[in-house]
Amino acid sequence: MAVGTEYLAEQPKLRTPAIVLGAIAIAALLAAPFFFYPVLLMSILCFALFACAFNLLIGYVGLLSFGHAAFFGGAAYFTAHAAKVWGWEPLAAILLGVAGAAVMGLVMGFLAIRRQGIYFAMITLALSQMFAFICLQVPFTHGEDGIQGVPRGYLLGLIDLNQPLAMYYLTLAIFLFGFFAIWRIVHSPFGNILKAIRENERRAVSLGYRVDRYKLGAFVMSAALAGLAGSTKAIVFQFATLTDVQWQMSGEVILMTLLGGIGTLIGPIVGASLVIALQNYLAASDFPVLVLIGIIFVICVLLFRRGIVGEILELMKRRSKGAA
Amino acid sequence: MSSAPLLEVRGLNAWYGESHVLHGVDLDIREGETVTLLGRNGAGKTTTLRAIMGILRRREGVIRLRGKDLLSLPLHKVAQAGIGYVPEERGIFASLSVSENLILPPTVSDSGMSVEEIYTLFPNLYERRSSQGTKLSGGEQQMLAIARVLRTGAKIILLDEPTEGLAPVIVQRIGDVLVALKERGMTILLVEQNFRFAKKVADRFYLMEDGRMVNSFPGHELDARMNELHEVLGV
Amino acid sequence: MNTIFGIPTPALYGQVLIGLINGSFYAMLSLGLAVIFGLLRVINFAHGAQYMLGAFAAYLLLNYAGVNYWLALVLAPLVVGVIAVVIERTMLSRLYGVDHLYGLLLTFGLALILEGAFRYWFGAAGQPYAAPSQLSGGVNLGFMFLPIYRGWVVIASLVICIGTWLLIEKTRLGAYLRAATENATLVQAFGVNVPLLLTLTYGLGAALAALAGVLAAPIYQVSPLMGSNLIIIVFAVVVVGGMGSILGAIVTGYVLGVLEGLTKVFYPEASSIVIFVVMAIVLLVRPAGLFGREE
Repeated sequence: MAVGTEYLAEQPKLRTPAIVLGAIAIAALLAAPFFFYPVLLMSILCFALFACAFNLLIGYVGLLSFGHAAFFGGAAYFTAHAAKVWGWEPLAAILLGVAGAAVMGLVMGFLAIRRQGIYFAMITLALSQMFAFICLQVPFTHGEDGIQGVPRGYLLGLIDLNQPLAMYYLTLAIFLFGFFAIWRIVHSPFGNILKAIRENERRAVSLGYRVDRYKLGAFVMSAALAGLAGSTKAIVFQFATLTDVQWQMSGEVILMTLLGGIGTLIGPIVGASLVIALQNYLAASDFPVLVLIGIIFVICVLLFRRGIVGEILELMKRRSKGAA
Repeated sequence: MSSAPLLEVRGLNAWYGESHVLHGVDLDIREGETVTLLGRNGAGKTTTLRAIMGILRRREGVIRLRGKDLLSLPLHKVAQAGIGYVPEERGIFASLSVSENLILPPTVSDSGMSVEEIYTLFPNLYERRSSQGTKLSGGEQQMLAIARVLRTGAKIILLDEPTEGLAPVIVQRIGDVLVALKERGMTILLVEQNFRFAKKVADRFYLMEDGRMVNSFPGHELDARMNELHEVLGV
Repeated sequence: MNTIFGIPTPALYGQVLIGLINGSFYAMLSLGLAVIFGLLRVINFAHGAQYMLGAFAAYLLLNYAGVNYWLALVLAPLVVGVIAVVIERTMLSRLYGVDHLYGLLLTFGLALILEGAFRYWFGAAGQPYAAPSQLSGGVNLGFMFLPIYRGWVVIASLVICIGTWLLIEKTRLGAYLRAATENATLVQAFGVNVPLLLTLTYGLGAALAALAGVLAAPIYQVSPLMGSNLIIIVFAVVVVGGMGSILGAIVTGYVLGVLEGLTKVFYPEASSIVIFVVMAIVLLVRPAGLFGREE
């Protein structure tokens, strides 16, 4: 059974309860910076977008990429450089990062899609590691130090992003944009073809679809959105480092998605929130975060493959079947 | 000779996932008998073999070999209890030579044929013994699949459609092999669509349809029941 | 002093030797990965961690139990093999029925746990481990200076690789392994305890990695990071070689190691990525890998 298929078949259609919940969620997000530290919230938003982008590939196309850090961190570098060295306006710098990530996605995807399943995962890992090695050596990244002191700048030349609220609402806007972009992609004809490919690739090929092109398209979209997350992160936190392109970062985003629920729309958001909150909580203590992430990974893979949202959806499905 | 069956199957139900594929199958085979399962495609003949062997795990009912319960045993223990399996696809391994394929299955009793005896019975296998297993023709692969089970000393052989897709000359040869095995006292559960072939070796027939045993009769009644068979088998 | 292409010969041969040594580890580790993958259909991400465990076992045995290198060559793989058997029995075997990607994710999680734990206990920096006295020093071969320990590593790795190949191709156990790789159910239907075979194979693969770790300890420092850095390169090696053949994995490992060494001589900036570049080329030209079979 392919990763994520267990509950993908029946995504609840957009009904009134979902719209109401969505409105409440957005209202909560708008009010949030008055109750929680904006920096923490922005961190969650960036990684939630990263996880959603990753989930697009694994949950809806069935491709496990082990190299998404390359897009996240690469975009962060491009944006950081544009904002700091070239003095670009933040939104332009972010767009540059996204474009860079998309190009990288095109190249990497083109190579990786030639193989399936496990090989695909290994190839993405190797290619992103290659990128990490390049990042280590290339001068503009400043190696171990990374690019520090990235200016937040003035959004569109008008709004000072050094104000935490302004930065927060921009981040929120970017996140919502990304999330709805994914939602649109999934519920579009393109998304339906992806779903068909995922459920029965041979059949899709026999029906005449250029399956590789669709997969590559999805890969590039996923890379671009991961880049969007990374670029935004670079502006928010004002630095870009090697940590962002390492394989551990790729592993973290996989965990966030797995924990939240592969193939569910909001699962990655839940997963990202939990992992970031956990890391934040542990930052003060001595406990090795990698070990905890590894333990959660093992538990999820063995016992909890649907993830939190996936389990909830399954419970809802069973309840409705029981009631029927 | 005891009249208790060597292999006893009672009320066997089996499932592929959610799909209920065998419905209360009953089957008896006495020592030294050759019993043939007849039925059209999809009737459940191969499924029955796989359920007896334990390849198909979701089962309920009774399977006993000389009184010993097989249902609760893991697959490799069923084989070690003395059941030999020759699958429909023959299962010759490409990464092994003919001789490696032959000696792969471990012996389960002392009554197995020795390698020399096997090469005497199947001289063409001896000639090709260093070739890659899958380089053999279909008929030779079938011989090899039967031969390797003979080496193990299995008490009963489950043979799934040995003549499928083979030329008449090879079919004849396989028939001769089965007759020779019968003379040695081997017990055989045979699945066959080609009942002219089966007629030569079978002592008894079972007829299956839709996962159920619908009839059984001794070999000599086969001709008398041709009409009934044509109807059930759709030939 | 002689030069070849403008490089002084001792330096050139020195780099080739380093490449051969790296290649030895690439070969040993990709061999282990290929064997495990062939039968269990799992990419053992923890392979690098098991290699690291082997090195640390040797280090700890020496510094806390006074156990010397030669004994460590036997004990470390044993310990790591046993741990791997436990992992397979309790965790990995539960995933055989689901998508193979979960196996990769499980071993990935395990690798994180192991690396994180050792990083916590020992820090990220490397610990030194001295080569045994019997293998210290070197010989002057005229065209280059050969440290004895490094020569030993190359020879030992060749013996290990060829020994493993012989085990798989020429023994009854190896026949079980090859057949089960093709059709595990049928092999089990013949009476072979395939679940046990799976467990032993995983244990053996891990032990192989640990053995490589002990060999590595005197050359590279014993560091919690040594496994993960290596395993990703080994993944690339495996993609280049294809997982179809044991011999292919071995040959590819050595060749890519030497290629990396040569690149370091002529074009040093590219040396850390040359294997990945080769991987990219192979993916374009022959996606199944040089020795692989199209699945």
